[in-house]
Amino acid sequence: MMAAQAHILCDAPDASRQMLTRLAAFTCTLRDNGFAIGLKESEDAARVLALDLARRPSTLRPALRALFCAQRSDWLKFDEVFNAFWRARGRARVVHIGLPAKPATSAAQRQLAGPELEPEQGSGVADQMPREGGAVAPESATRGRMQGASRAKRLAETDFRKLADAEAVAEAHVLAARLARAMRTRLSRRDRARLKGRRVDLRRTIRRNICHGGVPIELVSRKRKRRPLRLVILLDASGSMSLYTSLFIRFIHGVLDHFREAEAFLFHTRLVHISAAMRERDVTRALERLTLLGEGVGGGTRIGESLATFNRWHARSVIHSRTCVMLVSDGYDTSAPDLLGAEMKRLARRCRRIVWLNPMMGWQGYEPSARGMQAALPHVALFAPAHNLESLAALEPYLTRL
Amino acid sequence: MTVSRELFMQRLAAVDYVADRELPIALQLMEMLGRPLLLEGEAGVGKTEVAKALAAVHGAALIRLQCYEGLDQSTALYEWNYQRQLLAIRAREVAGADPDVVERDIFAERFLLERPLLAAIRRSDRPVLLIDEVDRADEEFEAFLLELLSDFQVSIPELGTIKAQSIPRVVLTSNSTRDLSDALRRRCLYHYLDYPDVERETRIILARVPGIATALAMQIARMVEGVRQEELRKVPGVAETLDWAAALVGLDVKNLHDDPETIYDTLRCLLKTQEDRSRFSREVATRLLGKVA
Repeated sequence: MMAAQAHILCDAPDASRQMLTRLAAFTCTLRDNGFAIGLKESEDAARVLALDLARRPSTLRPALRALFCAQRSDWLKFDEVFNAFWRARGRARVVHIGLPAKPATSAAQRQLAGPELEPEQGSGVADQMPREGGAVAPESATRGRMQGASRAKRLAETDFRKLADAEAVAEAHVLAARLARAMRTRLSRRDRARLKGRRVDLRRTIRRNICHGGVPIELVSRKRKRRPLRLVILLDASGSMSLYTSLFIRFIHGVLDHFREAEAFLFHTRLVHISAAMRERDVTRALERLTLLGEGVGGGTRIGESLATFNRWHARSVIHSRTCVMLVSDGYDTSAPDLLGAEMKRLARRCRRIVWLNPMMGWQGYEPSARGMQAALPHVALFAPAHNLESLAALEPYLTRL
Repeated sequence: MTVSRELFMQRLAAVDYVADRELPIALQLMEMLGRPLLLEGEAGVGKTEVAKALAAVHGAALIRLQCYEGLDQSTALYEWNYQRQLLAIRAREVAGADPDVVERDIFAERFLLERPLLAAIRRSDRPVLLIDEVDRADEEFEAFLLELLSDFQVSIPELGTIKAQSIPRVVLTSNSTRDLSDALRRRCLYHYLDYPDVERETRIILARVPGIATALAMQIARMVEGVRQEELRKVPGVAETLDWAAALVGLDVKNLHDDPETIYDTLRCLLKTQEDRSRFSREVATRLLGKVA
């Protein structure tokens, strides 16, 4: 890559060599910061340097910004990187975002290696819930979690441990595949029913029959295009859900693999888009990337605020009229209950159906008494328990009807 | 050959487009590098207007392709005029023409229906090609577009390959209802349009609404900025601001503080859903009005 760039640099017309070297370093810095910059862009940037625009930073910056950015996040980040690089002569290093750097992988490796390698950390997590097995006392758990996500890191590390278990992964995939198939066929039948009043496509009929001299012998009829259902999963990964997170993570991995259109999000105190990470075929690598994203997983829940973030920034691009939103959460929410109700209403208006799977519903004595839950329920098409694969499989007939 | 940013900005202003500081540079780069420009931003920040202004600045034609789900090549690129072809076949049958000649004739230029993309590459005067809301089109179409934007040539089986006479200036807009492919993003220059700040919005109002006083324009811009910061379902865009300004001018309002009742009633120019309307009570309006000097 560097060699190729140097080649471009030699070819570039009448701009000082030194400046071009700096530019090459700048593109490297941008790449480190997650910008997708190809050779063509570098070449064009070299051309820009030869222009009048490059004389002043006030015009060079917007020019390079237009050239190097490809999306809004780049656009917002660019100025910072530019200033750090050109104004501070490259001394100030900008934070590396998004890419798996060294310290990041270690957390995942530690998980895979097993508990004995875990360093002792966060000795103050006594007020958190038991990590494995044992009945959960929801009330006390919620109270403990009010203190936020920061202390719950260790908890997070237990959460996904069983993810890489090949057998469990396979099982989850089988279910997801079955579900994907079932939900698809259901949808296509619905389409066929609509075809009753078959319309003739005049234009195509004429086109097809030109070889008969225009006598319409073969009729071409118009069909509605079959469209797959899109499944969007929002998974609550807070402490109170920790027993079930790994199960649903596996399920999500299967769903992303088998559904033609699916997206997944993880939320605790904030919302993370995990589709890209989970599309990794290799579960271990998916887990690694997920751990990075899931910083703070296992802390408190802010369903309302996470949903608000979803509605504001993601809904437009992930949700369309054929989208089914599957919310997996126990409904214990530390944000204002009114917020949850309002955001659910917004979400319901956007998508086709909302399914709320609640692992806690299987527990004796649990009832969705949380006020937030009450506010949310009117907008939910299916509210069902799911705490293991069997119960998830049992839901299949209901899910296919959505 | 390059003009300074200020000069370009003045040219844009001359066609009633008030640009932000960075847009002129992106437009200049587009000219120099021959790359398409991808514009993103909320609905109503004037993405489409950029293309119109660009066409006006260069005195070029504006060719617009509005994308939608299910848009295909026959509506975007070209199509044969089947009806005319059939008529021609019939007419020649009656005249007893040679079938070979008929066949050659039937796929001639005059039976070709030009759609926006073909029209854009066949013009020799570098038109502005606006591909509006490209995120609404299907992914297959996006891939096809990518090919067209890199080669600027189209092959029509019956006619052969058509090369672009001149490279059109291409502007793509997106509302990010769907993620565009990285390949398409990479091909394009990028500019994110934000809602204008008070100063720029004031100038936009002054440029677009005839007969408005500067003081009122400034008040309107401040008020709209306040409205945008409220929790709304549909945030008013620049077009809404202009509507409102025109309404106020039409009602002969000189100062927003003169007649709060009229102001409240005309706010329907800005608030386009029942929910926003009901949330925007008199108290909220008064509070916002209070902030407007």
